[in-house]
Amino acid sequence: MLEKALEGSKKYWAWVFFLGIFALTGTYWYIRQFNEGLGLTGLHRDVSWGLYIGQFTFLVGVAASAVMLVIPYYLHDFKKFGKIVILGEFLAISAVTMCILFIFVDMGQPMRIMNVILHPTPGSVMFWDSVVLSGYLFINLLVGWVTLSSDRKGVPPPKWIKPWIYLSIPWAISIHTVTAFLYSGVPGRHFWLTAVMAARFLASAFAGGPALLIILALIVRKVSKFDAGKDVIQAVSRIVAYAMFANVFLLGLEFFTAFYSGIPGHQHPFVYLYKGMIGIDGQMHAEIVPLMWTSSVFAAISLVMLWVPAIRRKEGLLVLACIMLFVSLWIDKGFGLIIGGFVPNPFEEVNPYLPTYPETMITIGVWAVGFLVLTFLYKIAITVREQTAGVEIEH
Amino acid sequence: MSMDRRDFLKVAGISSILGFGATVASATNLITGKQLLPPQVEMNKDALRAKRWAMVVDMSKFKTDEDFQKTITACHTIHNVPDFRKPDGSVDKKFEVKWIWQTNYEKAFPGMENQYQGEHLKDMPFMVLCNHCTNPACVRVCPTKATYKLPDGVTMQDMHRCIGCRFCMAACPYGARSFNWIDPRRAANLDPAKGGKVNPEYPTRTKGVVEKCTFCTERLAVGKIPACVEAAPQGALLFGDLEDPNSEIRKIIGEKLTIRRKPELGTGPAIYYLIGGGEHA
Amino acid sequence: MKIYNKGLVFSLILVFAAIALFPFLVQGGRVAAKPDPKTDTPEIMQYAQEHGGKKECVESKEWMRGEHMQLLNQWRDSVVRDDNRGYISNTNHQRWNMSLQNGCMKCHSNKKKFCDECHNYLSVKPYCWDCHIQPAEKEEVKS
Repeated sequence: MLEKALEGSKKYWAWVFFLGIFALTGTYWYIRQFNEGLGLTGLHRDVSWGLYIGQFTFLVGVAASAVMLVIPYYLHDFKKFGKIVILGEFLAISAVTMCILFIFVDMGQPMRIMNVILHPTPGSVMFWDSVVLSGYLFINLLVGWVTLSSDRKGVPPPKWIKPWIYLSIPWAISIHTVTAFLYSGVPGRHFWLTAVMAARFLASAFAGGPALLIILALIVRKVSKFDAGKDVIQAVSRIVAYAMFANVFLLGLEFFTAFYSGIPGHQHPFVYLYKGMIGIDGQMHAEIVPLMWTSSVFAAISLVMLWVPAIRRKEGLLVLACIMLFVSLWIDKGFGLIIGGFVPNPFEEVNPYLPTYPETMITIGVWAVGFLVLTFLYKIAITVREQTAGVEIEH
Repeated sequence: MSMDRRDFLKVAGISSILGFGATVASATNLITGKQLLPPQVEMNKDALRAKRWAMVVDMSKFKTDEDFQKTITACHTIHNVPDFRKPDGSVDKKFEVKWIWQTNYEKAFPGMENQYQGEHLKDMPFMVLCNHCTNPACVRVCPTKATYKLPDGVTMQDMHRCIGCRFCMAACPYGARSFNWIDPRRAANLDPAKGGKVNPEYPTRTKGVVEKCTFCTERLAVGKIPACVEAAPQGALLFGDLEDPNSEIRKIIGEKLTIRRKPELGTGPAIYYLIGGGEHA
Repeated sequence: MKIYNKGLVFSLILVFAAIALFPFLVQGGRVAAKPDPKTDTPEIMQYAQEHGGKKECVESKEWMRGEHMQLLNQWRDSVVRDDNRGYISNTNHQRWNMSLQNGCMKCHSNKKKFCDECHNYLSVKPYCWDCHIQPAEKEEVKS
């Protein structure tokens, strides 16, 4: 089926070329970072993780969110999701690819990556994260490929694939839980030391991932004959609404605990993120405050838009809500979450961090690679589906 | 046996993979025909040994700024710690690497300052370094066992194995760990072209690995006390075996009031700060 | 026999051949000088003088030639991870200090003529020296 990604319209190749340019630019900057070190980034001893790990965390959520389509379709026999579930699985593959790339570009000694396997350390959450992520990538490749191949031939998927599909459900939850444990399991980082971290990660993932999927499905409908179906989009948007509500609720809990308990250490990261604090240089540092408020405002607006059926049903507004929701979560989880853990530092000093140009280009490059993978996979899926259009296959 | 092209390719592919793997695995033994000898190794006989190394810091013995500087410099010079400076001569926080340094009471013990404490108390200088915790978070999170506990209580860092993921830096509640954002040999103090000089007895690090205080394991192994202890004013830094009831530090900890940084986190820091100071031992 | 896409096939064969033959073309049939590592540093000479003319390393010359990389890896883990810093030789049963900078290179103070000689010939680039500090190269001794 791979050959289907190699034939397409001028527009298709223009899009591939467009992404390719960013991927190459990112590669160029990565080679420089590889030679010169992570000093090319804005990171320093007080904020030792930044944009890369933030993107990784956010994308693990996107990857895990495929489960929101798999559960209704395979567990509850919600037939309408039959068409869109493959889009979810392929989105998961591209998201995991990006996760792995973000971990890789964040490493100080990438050539030593095999040390994780040569010296396996079951006590380390990072070790488990690499295990569950590669496992998830494998499961989704297998399931996506096998089901799509069967579709192409017009036969139901083989029976042996079912256990893998069921396995993908707890596995998806595990990847994001383990990723949350990276943060919530370390002492001395007030912002991260919270039991609802994993729950909030899942809630935000199940909002952000399907929101992205709605946008993608509508784009796919524009550029091809593949239509997921209006009521399917509506069903997914309800999932987004519920998950986003849970996410905002959980964020509210964090605020309550920090401020009602009155423990200064717990409040400081929130104060830094939403109000700014005086830094070690004696200056007020509120660089990311506008971002955080953008996130909050977008979260509130998008939640209302998704909640009101009259707005949600208009697809133009639905897309707008999904974009705002996605941006909101991207800021919150892809950036704020990491910064809040490191600022103030263990000495309660504020030493701010902002990504540099090379770091941004590498980040965009990884996203471009991810979208290239997504484009190829979607191209394959769409072509297969266009050829079998009208033929409904019982899974 | 007939074989179509597809099957042939499959077999050829698999056998070349297996062949390659086998070659790599046996490259050293089969080709050279020599087995690696079983290692016969031993500890140094004159090494300083302890069940649990620990340190008592008596801040009252640090009188002048020079007392701090010579202690820090002793450590950083011996261990080739890069000293990155901005053009104006101030520390470049962007690349900063440090093993032992001076901070103040308010920062070393956040949350312990009192409202009406005088500035001289809040700003009272404190020497901080890796706490060589009993239950270190950094060791727990390391995905490659690049940081680990030695039997004598030292939290050790294997810079050969570190992959530079910096999980340990996120996990350490004491900010004791530094990362080599760029090649440390680019720092003026280590670059001969910039008038720098390295200690030829100790390595530098490479870019992309985490480093920190090692309680001078390389010195303990040859019977020397840690460099900071040696360079600090008499009695300012006391180093000894916490498990030895007759050790000097054990006596001080038993009789005087000492505090540790963030003991509530359960990490079990092994650096004790003596309150009051004065005469002891 | 008809060959489809003749132009493309033959031009790609040419490209492949050019890449495959690149090393030979660049080398131009010249033969690199055989490596000849030197063990004649003042330190080794003095050791030999003190030990009845015998040059001794931790293990035999032949064994070291093939296995020094594994030995160094073993030493590294032993010293850093187990704090075992003494190595008992299987050849001469002496105790040697396991250290690259403070052991090996104290005798083999001629990195260029000892390490680099073979490593360059074989085009291997061990990253030891990214961290470990090589001894200052002395003026070459005229023999």
